[in-house]
Amino acid sequence: MKKLLDATYKSQLWKSVFRHGYPDTPRNRTLAVLSNVFLHLHPVKVRRSGIQLSYTWCMGGLTFFLFLIETITGLLLMFYYRPTAELAYQDIMALREHVPIGIMRELHRWSAHMMVITVWLHMYRVFLTGSYKPPREFNWNVGVILLVITLLLSFTGYLLPWDQLAVWAITVGTNMARATPFLGHEGPGAALISFGGLDFVHAGDDVRFGLLAGRFVGEGALLRFYVLHCVGFPLVAATLMAVHFWRVRKDGGISGPL
Amino acid sequence: MGDQLKHAVNWLTEPTRYFLGFGLAIVLVLYFRKFFAKSIVIIAFFVLGGAFLAFAWKDPNFAKIIGKPDNVPIVILLATVVFFSWLSLRKSVINDERIARGDPTLEGDFNRQKVFTWPDLVYTEFICLILFTAALVIWSIVLEAPLEEPAATARTPNPSKAPWYFLGLQELLVYFDPWIAGVLLPSFIIVGLCAIPYVDTNPKGNGYYTFNERKFAISFFWVGFVLFWVSFVILGTFLRGPNWSFFGPFEYWDLHKLEPMVSVDLSTYFWVNLLGQPRPDNILLREAPGFAFLGGFFLLLPPLLAKTVCRSMFQQIGMVRYQIMMHMLLWFGLIPLKMLLRWTVGLKYIVGIPEWFFNI
Ligand code: HEM
Repeated sequence: MKKLLDATYKSQLWKSVFRHGYPDTPRNRTLAVLSNVFLHLHPVKVRRSGIQLSYTWCMGGLTFFLFLIETITGLLLMFYYRPTAELAYQDIMALREHVPIGIMRELHRWSAHMMVITVWLHMYRVFLTGSYKPPREFNWNVGVILLVITLLLSFTGYLLPWDQLAVWAITVGTNMARATPFLGHEGPGAALISFGGLDFVHAGDDVRFGLLAGRFVGEGALLRFYVLHCVGFPLVAATLMAVHFWRVRKDGGISGPL
Repeated sequence: MGDQLKHAVNWLTEPTRYFLGFGLAIVLVLYFRKFFAKSIVIIAFFVLGGAFLAFAWKDPNFAKIIGKPDNVPIVILLATVVFFSWLSLRKSVINDERIARGDPTLEGDFNRQKVFTWPDLVYTEFICLILFTAALVIWSIVLEAPLEEPAATARTPNPSKAPWYFLGLQELLVYFDPWIAGVLLPSFIIVGLCAIPYVDTNPKGNGYYTFNERKFAISFFWVGFVLFWVSFVILGTFLRGPNWSFFGPFEYWDLHKLEPMVSVDLSTYFWVNLLGQPRPDNILLREAPGFAFLGGFFLLLPPLLAKTVCRSMFQQIGMVRYQIMMHMLLWFGLIPLKMLLRWTVGLKYIVGIPEWFFNI
């Protein structure tokens, strides 16, 4: 057995991929992190408090992990789903009825719910440990935007099954936009923006209209939400996560008393 | 006995009592933190909570609301928020004692040593990941994702609820118009969160749990996050039924339950009840009392507080930070203020100009 392992570690195949032996010596452990693009997100050595579960609650890591699950299951769901008012509901129905042990939709939905919870708890932890204090102010702000994006991801996804639950939840949510000061047709100040008795801000051109591509949640809104959900927001989220992780390291690793 | 408990719970969860009770609980927990940080407290919470759930599950109305697949996360939310609040409190109490003795904090003690990412961190992450995946897979097998009837824009379900994470904001619609509850306050939450690192200049408590060194900051976040966000989400999910009326967890969601709502504007109170004359026609004059009230609230309160209660804070963080913080806090302060006024004197709007969609 030992021989076999040794032979493996010495083989050209292993070396071409890993460039170091099994990470059980300080040198190899360092190399394991340094020469792997994914592990390289981490520093080689970390403060012990930083990896304590009871300190970080692992919530940032879980949020990221859930994001990955969402990406994979979401990709699979996209194979079966067509974002039109006619087909969307049918496709979900079909997914439910024709796919044996189909749990992709379940995984996607429950993970999405969990991601919202873990991101809140992550923020809670970061606040309670004072980890937003210098030098991490900027990363806290990146985090706040990530929080908003996470909610928007979940919100846009909520519409896609195109059932009563989806459509009305989005209707209730986007109704708020009507009342945006100046920009929504039922918002304070909107009536001021009129010219010669002609209202500039009305139900057919206010922010809600822009959001939904219509006066109510219809096919235009479905397509818009679909594109944002599957492409727009994930790209933004992934980019910001890269910045976020990079900054965690550049700001001196996970916080701890000096 | 069972019925009495159900009645008691229904009675207790009525929004006024629910909110005040939750708030009081937070104050007590933070004040008597030495006691509440004990392990027995959290064990008792989960044992009693579990027992209650087992008991309540037999009630069809309860099971119907709590057992909705989409509501499972809210139970998880409640459990995790309670647990992690307790955990942080426990660590804070221990750290505060250590600091008082002049010892290093728990985290500081640990940090004397650095460890290799491989294997220590990578393995921790890996185990977390496996356990979590297993839990998600089991959850997904047990509970099917909901799918209701196909969308029909003509048939409005009652109640129509936003996704659960926005139900705290939807709850605010009881007290505020959409432009405040749905636009202004969410924007201020985002801006306020971003401002936190720049407003809080206290250098202590960076990288370890503590309460004594950051009394105001920690209390603020507990109130903001646990009370105004999490507890409102729970309220909105479990206790609001058709027409957004209140329903206790053991109550049947009756479509026809109507809550008598007589609420009156401040202008009516001032002109009609106080001065005994009809409200003036001029809108600005009519709403002058409301504007005066808000003017005092937003313009006089900050300097007044700076001279009195918040004096040391004002001196510590300076004018600009103080003003930014105060104005944020006052906007959020409007929430409990208006809730109290609604419950006590049935106030509808402080400033009510429906003509311009401008109601506060
Ligand atoms: C999609 C959302 C997010 C992901 C995937 C994410 C991920 C992470 C990870 C993996 C860490 C390393 C430490 C840990 O696990 O706790 C971290 C740290 C941090 N996060 Fe996030 N985060 C997210 C959202 C947020 C939010 C909403 C905030 C705050 C508003 C935030 C602020 C921070 C800060 C300040 C740190 C440094 C903490 C320290 O050094 O102790 N992040 N994040």
